[in-house]
Amino acid sequence: MTTAFPFSAIVGQDDMKRAMILTAIDPKLGGVLVFGDRGTGKSTAVRALAALLPEITTVRGCPVNSEKPKDVPKWAEIETKETVTRPTPVVDLPLGVTEDRVTGALDIERALTQGEKAFQPGLLAHANRGYLYIDEVNLLEDHIVDLLLDVAQSGENVVEREGLSIRHPARFVLVGSGNPEEGELRPQLLDRFGLSVEVRSPDHIEERIEVIKRRDAFETNPKNFLRRFRPKDKEIRERILLARENLSSVATKKPILRDCAQLCIALGADGLRGELTLLRAGRALAAYRGDGTLERAHLKAVAPVALSHRLRRDPLDEAGSATRVARTVEEVLG
Amino acid sequence: MSPGQLAWERACCALDLLAANPKRLRGMTVRARSGPVRDVFLEALTKRFGTIQKIHPAISRDALLGGLDFTETLATGRIAKTKGVLERDGLLVLAMSERCPPELAAIIGARVDADDEFCVVLLDEGSEPDEAAPTAISERLAFHVSLDGIGRLEAKPPPKRRSSGDLDEHSLIGRKVGNDPARENLTRLAAKLGIDTLRIPYLALHAARAHAILEGRSDPNSEDIQKAAELVLAPRALHLPEPETPEQAPTESNPESKSNSDGETISDDMLIEAVQAALPPELLENLRNSQTSRATGTGAGQRKKGNRRGRPIPSRPGRIDGKSRLDIIATLRAAAPWQAVRGRLPDGPLKIYPSDIHLKRYEERSDRLIVFAVDASGSAAMARLGEAKGAVELMLARAYATRDHVALIAFRGSEAELLLPPTRSLVQTKRRLAALPGGGGTPLAHGLKAAAELGQRAQVQGLTPTLAVLTDGRGNIALDGSANRAAANTDAETMARWIRSLGIPAVVIDLGNRPQAALATLAATMDAKYIPLPRATAERMHDALETAMDHGLGT
Repeated sequence: MTTAFPFSAIVGQDDMKRAMILTAIDPKLGGVLVFGDRGTGKSTAVRALAALLPEITTVRGCPVNSEKPKDVPKWAEIETKETVTRPTPVVDLPLGVTEDRVTGALDIERALTQGEKAFQPGLLAHANRGYLYIDEVNLLEDHIVDLLLDVAQSGENVVEREGLSIRHPARFVLVGSGNPEEGELRPQLLDRFGLSVEVRSPDHIEERIEVIKRRDAFETNPKNFLRRFRPKDKEIRERILLARENLSSVATKKPILRDCAQLCIALGADGLRGELTLLRAGRALAAYRGDGTLERAHLKAVAPVALSHRLRRDPLDEAGSATRVARTVEEVLG
Repeated sequence: MSPGQLAWERACCALDLLAANPKRLRGMTVRARSGPVRDVFLEALTKRFGTIQKIHPAISRDALLGGLDFTETLATGRIAKTKGVLERDGLLVLAMSERCPPELAAIIGARVDADDEFCVVLLDEGSEPDEAAPTAISERLAFHVSLDGIGRLEAKPPPKRRSSGDLDEHSLIGRKVGNDPARENLTRLAAKLGIDTLRIPYLALHAARAHAILEGRSDPNSEDIQKAAELVLAPRALHLPEPETPEQAPTESNPESKSNSDGETISDDMLIEAVQAALPPELLENLRNSQTSRATGTGAGQRKKGNRRGRPIPSRPGRIDGKSRLDIIATLRAAAPWQAVRGRLPDGPLKIYPSDIHLKRYEERSDRLIVFAVDASGSAAMARLGEAKGAVELMLARAYATRDHVALIAFRGSEAELLLPPTRSLVQTKRRLAALPGGGGTPLAHGLKAAAELGQRAQVQGLTPTLAVLTDGRGNIALDGSANRAAANTDAETMARWIRSLGIPAVVIDLGNRPQAALATLAATMDAKYIPLPRATAERMHDALETAMDHGLGT
């Protein structure tokens, strides 16, 4: 896959698209988990998002994408102070990856050829200031999950092995996708995702036909197709940039905070992370829509994606937590 | 033509199409036991594709993805990597794909997505309907071919396809696709057949185009669409389309009439007929009880092996004690950086100190499986089937907390039915449980037999099973199906003894209005804990189950 399918050409799946846009506006939201049926365009959307994201400035050659020369870690041995712009990194964490590859490890080549002890940065380093994408996240091996949990929490990767002692920043937006049939996710990992979205194959036949038509048009003549959707993609990108600027000026009134808290209490969401994410997501949405104040309407729109995976899970509730959230939102916010 | 000949011809057609456009069609699933027919087919496959790499589900990660070639690296002093199977060219053939673990399936599936040139053939030797190639791969491959029921003599080596006009990429890419009716027809049909994923109609579309080009047409006509429906959609159908209700038509009539006017369309009915004709007989069988055969339910997740015996975990420095295995690579890795410091001569041997020694470590863990055997007979329904369901649900919630697998067997009327094979999906378990109707006789012996068989199978797979039998104990159907209370009791006792001999720990929960001595005796025969429900709280049941399981793990 050389060129990514344009983000704006994805048919339907509005929840998923919106959640991804929100994380692009506020990376501190903590990522998205996309769970759902096969063949619904989960990975397509992630790749599309990568192409949509604005560029970042980094020091040339810096393995952890530092913004300023003073942030470049010493072990990287980079002299240059020159900065370049590059696309936001979106790093794939493939299944079956080794621990070494994730955290970084001793650079064997240098060790063998020069007898030097040097650090070879891993995927976590490359994903700094960008996105870390895990497809089939529920099949990830336990020891890799443990590792990720720790880093996603602290924003720092600490490597203490093979006589190396290295730490470097690893702040990334975690994007996971998976198919619930293959197994569920550990609650600890679930909690690390800011937003969670359930996707489903479109029910409407016309929508399905449109999906096939667009996919076909894209694969038969990618150039034309991209030209058709480029303006729309650009529009979304500009709105994201604008929203980032406006994010800090979105006013949050006291009653809204109370609403957040009430909602979380009514749902029995664990911890305070729920409130915080709800608030952040609401603000990001307000900024995206160009509204100056956080309103109840914003909370209502983001509550299902921000809270559904934080409920004290009732494994036997068939209705699905998203429905439960929607119900409670109606009750609390009216 | 006989059905066998038809099936063979279909298989050969799929092969031709795949060979014609591997980039878009990506591969096929071949469901057949190994035998002469499959051999003929695979030979034809080899002829078309040249190099073939055969792998099996237990392939190691290094062999699959490549790794460090240590001998070479040490010898040359620079990094040398071995090429993994996935990085090499050629058609990948995964044998015994029905035993493919979900992780491997996900890796191969991702590879199919990432690389145009990568084609996969899954050999599916599953004998039971719920043993199938992993959907994570098979839904990315266009064709699904079943060679069952084809006689040895019917399987003639397929003739080399007369290709009218070579199918080069230029004829496919960059050409203008106008209003291709195949897109709509196939998408509609797929939806009607209950195929949820959109990958399948897309693959079908390409199959139709490939067929058209092999036939020397530039655009697919009705024959090509029919063929694609037969080859791609039919084997995946979950249910047969219901006759169209005219009420639905008006809302969508607008786009429909528009597409009808755009050139050639064929009626859905024609397509459905084609699909029906192509359905393998056992599939029709499945369609009838489509509740249990929802193919998505039998995904790889359920058959996931619980026992990850010896999952390697990072090695640790240690001393060679004769029991542990030396991790040579880790040891060399530890020693490597110090060679210069330790003064190794350019051609001299590596200097390895005792502190470099790393030992391999494995983690062994056996997952637990709780088999619920629930009595849904009339007498139990009278008593407290509802309460029993509630009790099971409570135990399920606990099972969720401890990440146990669960399986559900119900017995009523004259047989026991496996409602849910071992799974971790508790939502599904609950759904099946809630839908469980009561009524009929009490085939207690059948229930015990089914539970014991499942437990035995689970043991073979490395799970640690525990049985939870919920019944009112009034068994009245013997194993031979006769309504004979005496024989029923003897049979139940035999089964109980069998369970004991298998060493499967069990708990018997009495659903009767008052505790029954006979059931308590039966429980004792089974070496199971006996709990009468009137006094059973969720707490107590769970404790009993927990004790039974600990006992099971201890032995």
